[in-house]
Amino acid sequence: MTFIRRYLIPRLIQYVLVTFLGITAVFFIPRFLPNDPIVRTITAIQSRGATLDPATIDETVTNLKRMYGLEGSWLEQYGNFWLRLFRADFGVSFFQFPTPVSKLIGIALPWTAGLLLTTTFLNWTLGNIIGGLAGYYSRNRWSRALDAVAMVIRPLPYYIFAFALLLLLAYWVRWFPVSGGTAIGRKVAFNWPFIKDVLWHSFLPALSLTILGGAVNFQTMKLIVQNVNAENYVQYAKLGGINESRIVSKYVIRNAILPQITNLALALGQIFSGALITEIVFSYPGLGTLLYNAIVTGDYNLIMGITTISIVAITTAILVVDLLYPFWDPRIRYM
Amino acid sequence: MKTFRDLFRDYRFALSFCVLCLLLILAALSIFAPYDPTLWGVVPRDLKPSWTYLLGTDSKGQDIFWQATFAVRNSLTISVIAATASRIIAILVGMVAGYRGKGADRGLMFISDSLLVIPLFLIIVLLAMLVRDRMNLVTLGLLLAFFGWAWDARVIRSLILSLREREFTQTAILSGTGTVRLVLNEYMPYATPLVFSTLINNMAWAIGLEITLAILGLINPNLPTLGTMLQSAIIHQAVLLGRWWWVLTPVILSIFLFVALYWLSVSISEYLDPRTRIQRVGGQ
Repeated sequence: MTFIRRYLIPRLIQYVLVTFLGITAVFFIPRFLPNDPIVRTITAIQSRGATLDPATIDETVTNLKRMYGLEGSWLEQYGNFWLRLFRADFGVSFFQFPTPVSKLIGIALPWTAGLLLTTTFLNWTLGNIIGGLAGYYSRNRWSRALDAVAMVIRPLPYYIFAFALLLLLAYWVRWFPVSGGTAIGRKVAFNWPFIKDVLWHSFLPALSLTILGGAVNFQTMKLIVQNVNAENYVQYAKLGGINESRIVSKYVIRNAILPQITNLALALGQIFSGALITEIVFSYPGLGTLLYNAIVTGDYNLIMGITTISIVAITTAILVVDLLYPFWDPRIRYM
Repeated sequence: MKTFRDLFRDYRFALSFCVLCLLLILAALSIFAPYDPTLWGVVPRDLKPSWTYLLGTDSKGQDIFWQATFAVRNSLTISVIAATASRIIAILVGMVAGYRGKGADRGLMFISDSLLVIPLFLIIVLLAMLVRDRMNLVTLGLLLAFFGWAWDARVIRSLILSLREREFTQTAILSGTGTVRLVLNEYMPYATPLVFSTLINNMAWAIGLEITLAILGLINPNLPTLGTMLQSAIIHQAVLLGRWWWVLTPVILSIFLFVALYWLSVSISEYLDPRTRIQRVGGQ
């Protein structure tokens, strides 16, 4: 019971508060943006050659305001925003009028989720396995060589690394396609040529995310394993003649993997912003590219929808990992 | 001087120090630049690197070498403003939270935790759009500083928490030292090396974010930075047209800058305390 009172309830309150503040900020910031979406839409209609008289313009403005949820005072808009949020209704997109935002996000989300979840778990698993081995055999030459490579890759920001990879592998040696999620004009279908095409196009973005994230996990895991190795109980187990593979699996790995689980949660939060940039570099049809277009065109509803979804996703992921943590680490008891 | 000599024994420190010095010299050369960096068409367009134009010229008719000197200088200035201002916030928050404890600690740490959890990148992008018209070196630096302190405030807080439990704190308080003097005279010497190494990390973070914002078109393209150089190369299709010298200059300069800053920070923090390296490498 003390667990619930002392830990679970404050943690849940924090979760709700942070999510609430984040979404509130997201609601208000775009409203300060200098672009007026109504004026923009009317200009777009006029530029297609339609001539509008003042009465029609007034009527259009009222209609647009109602559809975009821009009616009434900010307080009313804010109340309506929350009401609609609970029904997963983010209104209609401004620049791809009249497609609902939830539909646009629905199209982009599988691309981002697929790329993100795959690469996050891939770089976490690969980084930890290779890092663990390199930490255990830290005197070997290959271990030092890998360490040197990680020292160069790790500090690079997502944008620069992804761009350098693109220049090298898509423009210079031309092994991979330059951009997009599939070949131009290919229809979505669940057959082998389509899946092959998707994998082929996502290879470079996935590679850049995996290498960059993997380098971080590699370094951390290597250092942790090196430190665990130096602990007395490991030395004692070795002297006591315990089978080496048993020492590694039971003592070293178990102790080293715990901090890495927390890092996985943090990585989910940080890699999300990284993945958006990577998508922009490779024009990958996910949330990042959608967000970029939304920012360029001043599409309030779309920006709010994407940001809200990512805030809820990230805070929830971190909450879940925090709550599950005691099950992995027997030393943590929230008493 | 002895510290410096010891640090120089680490090849990473020596190498990154030299690279940074070279970049600083490059930035300083901007004073002697024969061209105004905001003007277009001062030299012939699209020339390959040669003895007259060391790194070639771009499609806007600018000399890439001299353009790069301004870019490095501006990018470094932004990062120094961002890192210094955010250090001040981080030290204040960390010290107040660590020393006062209780409500102040809970409140401040709630704010910094929120900043760590929320996808900051999206919020920075939104804010950058707001101030796009008034975006100069200082506004950009301060905008980044406002979001860059959370992690480091936590690090400083935990340092203060451990210092507060030590005996000399009790002795100082009993002998009548005021809070301000205690913090400034007794605690700052412990915190300074830590602050310095987080400063370098924060600089790298700020430069990275500046590049990203520039690519999104949120920074005045007439302000030469590493980001705007790269962006103008991209929008002028330098990659497709095979003008590799134009694209590679900002890319290679930023790779050198990031690796040098990172190596410097790793080797300094390792020198200060080999055990903290786990936390540093694991952090931001």
